[in-house]
Amino acid sequence: MAEFPTELRYLKSHEWVKQEGDMVVVGISDHAQDALGDVVYVELPEVAAECQAGDEIAVVESVKAASDIYAPIAGTVVEVNAMLEDSPELVNEKPYADGWFFKIRISDSAAVEGLLTAEQYQALCEAEEH
Amino acid sequence: MGKKTPLFEKHESLGAKMADFSGWDMPIHYGSQIEEHHAVRQGAGVFDVSHMTVVELHGTDGMAYLDRLLANDIGRVKNSGQAMYSAMLSETGGVLDDLIVYATGDPYLVVVNCATRGKDLAWMRQVAEGYECEVVERTEFAILAIQGPCAIEKVKSVVGEEKVALIEGLKVFQGGWCDGWFIARTGYTGEQGVEIILPEDQAVSFWDSLLEAGIRPIGLGARDTLRLEAGMNLYGNDMDESVTPLESYMANTVVLEGRDFIGADALRKQTEHDELVGLVMLGKGILRAHYPVFSNDAPVGEITSGAFSPTLGKSIALARVSATSSNMTVGIRGKMQAVECVNPPFVRNGKQVYKLRKT
Repeated sequence: MAEFPTELRYLKSHEWVKQEGDMVVVGISDHAQDALGDVVYVELPEVAAECQAGDEIAVVESVKAASDIYAPIAGTVVEVNAMLEDSPELVNEKPYADGWFFKIRISDSAAVEGLLTAEQYQALCEAEEH
Repeated sequence: MGKKTPLFEKHESLGAKMADFSGWDMPIHYGSQIEEHHAVRQGAGVFDVSHMTVVELHGTDGMAYLDRLLANDIGRVKNSGQAMYSAMLSETGGVLDDLIVYATGDPYLVVVNCATRGKDLAWMRQVAEGYECEVVERTEFAILAIQGPCAIEKVKSVVGEEKVALIEGLKVFQGGWCDGWFIARTGYTGEQGVEIILPEDQAVSFWDSLLEAGIRPIGLGARDTLRLEAGMNLYGNDMDESVTPLESYMANTVVLEGRDFIGADALRKQTEHDELVGLVMLGKGILRAHYPVFSNDAPVGEITSGAFSPTLGKSIALARVSATSSNMTVGIRGKMQAVECVNPPFVRNGKQVYKLRKT
């Protein structure tokens, strides 16, 4: 069974978001990595890139397909997970920890509240499967 | 719900991720496609390919019929179970399917793709009119491919003496019957191994014994990356009715001289044509089907199959192009990425073997 940590927020496009002060950390959910299969490459955004909510700012490539990763909230990319360059399998192994993708400094910290809760996201995933 | 092979419940109990494959519920992977890929390159793996279509050709005209039906020359093949890979062409030279024939005399044994089953059978029966040859589909079989450097030893450890003797007597690309099983030293991975056609009611117990012998179950996901590394075409991706075998890196399976097979005239007239070539990604990123290919910045074609190669640790592809050069690129999400143009195969027997294409 996929895990849905309750301390995180989610997008229906399967990213998770973790708030750390005025920054958010973004990755893809356990459910998403399981559906993708082995991840073989992650194309990360440039540090300092500006993004709007909904922008395609990264790409995750699995053995199966290439999938876009969307910016959950408007802001500026401040850090990317360099470990993914040589170890993309971290996305499969630890999707909520070492497998994170990037961090964004956000201007509107309340925006996180508008994202899906774990419960809402899990219900959405279960509906998708049926 | 799709059609199920005799091993469907085995796949489910192993936790396989199942997907529809031309109307069949087939295992894509059992956890990690990449680990399964390495298992075949380094040890031994077993694939359930029971969805593939087995056909027998009964009658005294089998050879004359195959001489007309196929682009490759059945007359060159020894009638001792030797296998022949060939395209089956339309009148205009388009590839209707690729297949393996085992020259087992009367009846000949043929294995065709599952995705093209209906079309193939209708065509084969149409061509058979006027020949003393009946096209008989055999649906009561399971098919297992056991592949990898340790595959043959492990298979021998779980079958009886007669089958061991048969396997030991087989050359590469040869098969034979024993006790209702057809065992052939063929495959779709670029490794040593066997493909076994056996009665479906014996499939589960044989599968169990293979797994007990340490052979790993492998899904169709790894089957695709293994065959791509081996430089083997996938029908529907790398060729179809719209292209000829000459455009599909299959010229070495076409024998034109002195022959009158269906499509031969069209091939004789095709003096200029595109070519199917191999591409190797120089940087990071993954080549995928339908990405555009450029030579000296001019568009020359597109990728037909692309994937991450677990053996090479970088992406590889097959592409149909009108020209090649030392300056080849692929457009990935709007950016040009450098690739090398090579002659497949990429990998054989676990080792990198591709050579840069001369331009």
